[in-house]
Amino acid sequence: MRDPLIVLPVSLAYLGLLFAIAYWADKRADAGRSVVISPWVYTLSIAVYCTSWTFYGSVGRAAVGGMDFLTIYLGPTLMIVAGWFVIVKIIRISKRHHITSIADLIASRFGKSHLLAGLVTVIAIIGITPYIALQLKAIADSYTVLTAAPAAIADPVAGGFVDEALAVALILAIFSILFGTRHIDTTEHHQGMVAAVAFESVIKLIAFLTAGIFITYGLYSGFGDLFAQGAADESVRALYATPAVSSGGLWVSLTVLSMLAIFCLPRQFQVIVVENMEIDHFRKAIWLFPLYLLLINLFVFPIAVAGLLQNGGSAAQADMFVLSLPLDAGQELLALFVFIGGLSAATGMVIVASIALATMICNDLVMPVLLRHGRLATGENRDITKLLLLIRRIGICLVLLLGYLYYQMIGEAIALVSIGLVSFAAVAQFAPAILFGIYWKRATRAGALGGLIGGFTVWGYTLLYPSLVAVEEDMQLHPFGLAALDPHALFNVTGMDPISHALFWTMLANVGLLVGISIFTRQGPLERSQATQFVEVGHESTEPARVGAFAGTTRASELEELAARFVGRGRAHQAFERHLRERGMARQNLRTAYADSEMLRFTERLLAGAVGTASARVVVASTVRGNAVTLDDMMAVVDEAHEVIGYSRQLEEKSRALEQATEELREANARLQELDRMKDEFLSTVTHELRTPLTSIRSFSEILHDNPELSTEERSQFLQIIIKESERLTRLINQVLDLARLDAGRLEFEIEPFRLADAIDHASSTLTQVLRERGVTLELDVPSSLPQAYGDRDRVIQVLMNLLSNAEKFVPSGEGWIGVRVRPHEQMLQISISDNGPGIGKEHQQAIFDRFSQADQPDSGNPTGSGLGLAISQRLVEHMGGSIWVESTLGEGTTFHFTLPIAESEALMGQAAK
Amino acid sequence: MAGSVLIVDDEPNIVLSLRFLMEHAGCEVRVAHDGEEALRMLGERRADVVLLDVMIPKKDGYEVCQTIRSTQDWKDTYVIMLTAKGREVEREKGLAIGADEYVTKPFSTRDLSKRVQEIVAQINASKA
Repeated sequence: MRDPLIVLPVSLAYLGLLFAIAYWADKRADAGRSVVISPWVYTLSIAVYCTSWTFYGSVGRAAVGGMDFLTIYLGPTLMIVAGWFVIVKIIRISKRHHITSIADLIASRFGKSHLLAGLVTVIAIIGITPYIALQLKAIADSYTVLTAAPAAIADPVAGGFVDEALAVALILAIFSILFGTRHIDTTEHHQGMVAAVAFESVIKLIAFLTAGIFITYGLYSGFGDLFAQGAADESVRALYATPAVSSGGLWVSLTVLSMLAIFCLPRQFQVIVVENMEIDHFRKAIWLFPLYLLLINLFVFPIAVAGLLQNGGSAAQADMFVLSLPLDAGQELLALFVFIGGLSAATGMVIVASIALATMICNDLVMPVLLRHGRLATGENRDITKLLLLIRRIGICLVLLLGYLYYQMIGEAIALVSIGLVSFAAVAQFAPAILFGIYWKRATRAGALGGLIGGFTVWGYTLLYPSLVAVEEDMQLHPFGLAALDPHALFNVTGMDPISHALFWTMLANVGLLVGISIFTRQGPLERSQATQFVEVGHESTEPARVGAFAGTTRASELEELAARFVGRGRAHQAFERHLRERGMARQNLRTAYADSEMLRFTERLLAGAVGTASARVVVASTVRGNAVTLDDMMAVVDEAHEVIGYSRQLEEKSRALEQATEELREANARLQELDRMKDEFLSTVTHELRTPLTSIRSFSEILHDNPELSTEERSQFLQIIIKESERLTRLINQVLDLARLDAGRLEFEIEPFRLADAIDHASSTLTQVLRERGVTLELDVPSSLPQAYGDRDRVIQVLMNLLSNAEKFVPSGEGWIGVRVRPHEQMLQISISDNGPGIGKEHQQAIFDRFSQADQPDSGNPTGSGLGLAISQRLVEHMGGSIWVESTLGEGTTFHFTLPIAESEALMGQAAK
Repeated sequence: MAGSVLIVDDEPNIVLSLRFLMEHAGCEVRVAHDGEEALRMLGERRADVVLLDVMIPKKDGYEVCQTIRSTQDWKDTYVIMLTAKGREVEREKGLAIGADEYVTKPFSTRDLSKRVQEIVAQINASKA
């Protein structure tokens, strides 16, 4: 049973079981069937308070100091039974403000201060490090006692367990990571962890009770026998004595410290406040938790007495009595069970504490820095939960590593309880900030900061520093040889044990600075509102009644006077007149009558219009309570009003911006609808234009097919029509495709210098046949000395053909005339194509460049053509850097002009640019 | 008795094909190239059947149809709207305005000829 090959696998298997329980509870929680929503589980999880300090250390303490070990359990019992309302208030506040840690609570109360959150976190880390070291030491010691040969028990250090303590730290780190950082929960609820910790509380209680019963009733024949034998022993009898007057101070100090620790320890805050599912659970815990404490302490004193008796009065190894007594009696299986119980006590504490600290490190230390430096702003899409989990995992490792390092430094000399008390005193520094914070509205951020820094500094000097330095010899600690700076007797205050001494000085510094600075500093607006919400949590619904309770001390006329100061005399007078009339009260009574609660509420509403609801309440309340509104209060109200005005101005700007955006959206939508309508129209027109030639083709094809008796002449004429209409259809399809490509920007251009005269020749010769048939004269005026044009020759020919065939369609048959003229003009070549057609009215001149414009004006007299030619020409010309426009008077013909860049000027401009 | 048909369209080739078809069907054919001309020709002498395109210059097919329907002398005239405007709304508009039939281009020459012959036969039967 004592073979490491048995102990190690059993321990690991036990941890594995814990993990399985946690995993199961998490899964149940995910499935919505939580196993931890129960006052019993809640109470058992609070019992994480009982660590290896309780399990091993209490016996050690009892063997030296008698009954004073009980103070550590008396404090929490007092706090929970008598001070339950404080904890309920903290839970209420935390639920309302979504508080995730003790650092969060303090920071939130004092205006959501990052600085304060960071400070609390740092204090917690440093303060808890000894406590974690304590657990490592307990596991290491108990392991050595259990596995070492009986001879080696006397000197656990000889076992060379130091490196194995590192292994314990690493294994616990891994388990904490597995328990606490599997996923991120926004409420910071860790149901799996709570379930595992509750289970551990059961195991450690049963293990300790079993050991106690065995020792009391197995080794001795009950309490009576045991205590009688103890009374006979001289070294034991001293423990029975009632505490001396001199140690009464220590009793009080320890009780106070543990009272504060029950809600200031980060892990207790975690299980009591953060993991609390329902406030009613706490009401059950008020009697269940003290019961647990009673049970686990039942056998502490008997075991201590038995240990002393068995070890000849030596308390050197008293911390391990609970394990060594069964071992010495040959009960190895029981010893193994006790070891597992101790392991439960230690791991429970380490897991919860490291998770709570890691949450604080992540939320209150690292994230604010990352946020401030904008590291998180970049890459918004990145999954930040991965980063959060990584920070927490690193945090857990860091916390355990610190614990291990501290363990290394203090070595073996210090008893478990002394180490724990150092931690208690550290976290007790949070108590003034919390208690003043939730009961005193005037406590300020600066005060809290000052108190924490002061208290923590004194703690470091009077407790941490001596524990690190004065481990071996009781050396002189006074710096500069000044007795006044003795960390155990500051300013020559002697006669106190180190803990009481430290408690006295830290609390003096902490509370003194907190209250002193708060009195002389002012709160910011956010701080003030948080302070009100914290102090008045749960009172909201009873607000009017509370004001009403004060009624009867203030005269109605005073209220009118007050209102006049804020809203003006005239308005206040009118408002009160109306109020009195509505309630059927006489004006003359105003002087003498006391204001009732309805009148107070009316005044508050009246003031709210001027200074906002929160401020109005402050003003009315302070008047009602008889405190005149001081200049300071007024300034505060004005500050707040300014802030509100600032907000509303921002809000106004925002809503104006929003209106503008809405307007823009509306316009964009209208444009889109217009575009959609145009697309619809376009499609319909394209279809119409395609159907027209298709109609002729089909008709004549069918006629030819159905009438074989047609003459050769007719046959040839009809076929000719079919061919022409097919060509028209092809042209139209090409144009539609061209236009689509142009609109999509996919039409390719080969822009280069070319001779414009050649392009005009090409276009006119293609049309010669048609022109001759209709008897149209074409007149070219193209100077031979023209500079080269710059563009796509084929596209220019396309434009020319378009314009020429357009003109051809409109000019009168037989006497038609078309003129083409080219002139250089301002670095461009201007091509003008004139005709003697009917002309285009002013109102249509712009629209003809739209797609299918001719189709939209049935009365324009346009005989044929798709209506796409000009739209395409315009796009082509503009793409080549030119422009196109029309000049026309009805009845006097039409001239289309378009321009193209001159190649040389293009080249010159290129050179100039170089 | 040969029925009289008025073709109203501005596309020369379509007019040519319609004239051929109607003459082959044994009708007496007249042609108008725009809306005003159509109404003028109807005023000179009524027609049994009007083949009416919608997209014609000066007065469009809908107006011409409306005028025909609101004129007492022409109320027996059978109006076939013959147009390349193929959307359902346009068809409904044509029928709502008073067209007797709405035929979308391109049409079947055989069906159209047959239909006109039937109509002419009916008119003759009702007169007899």
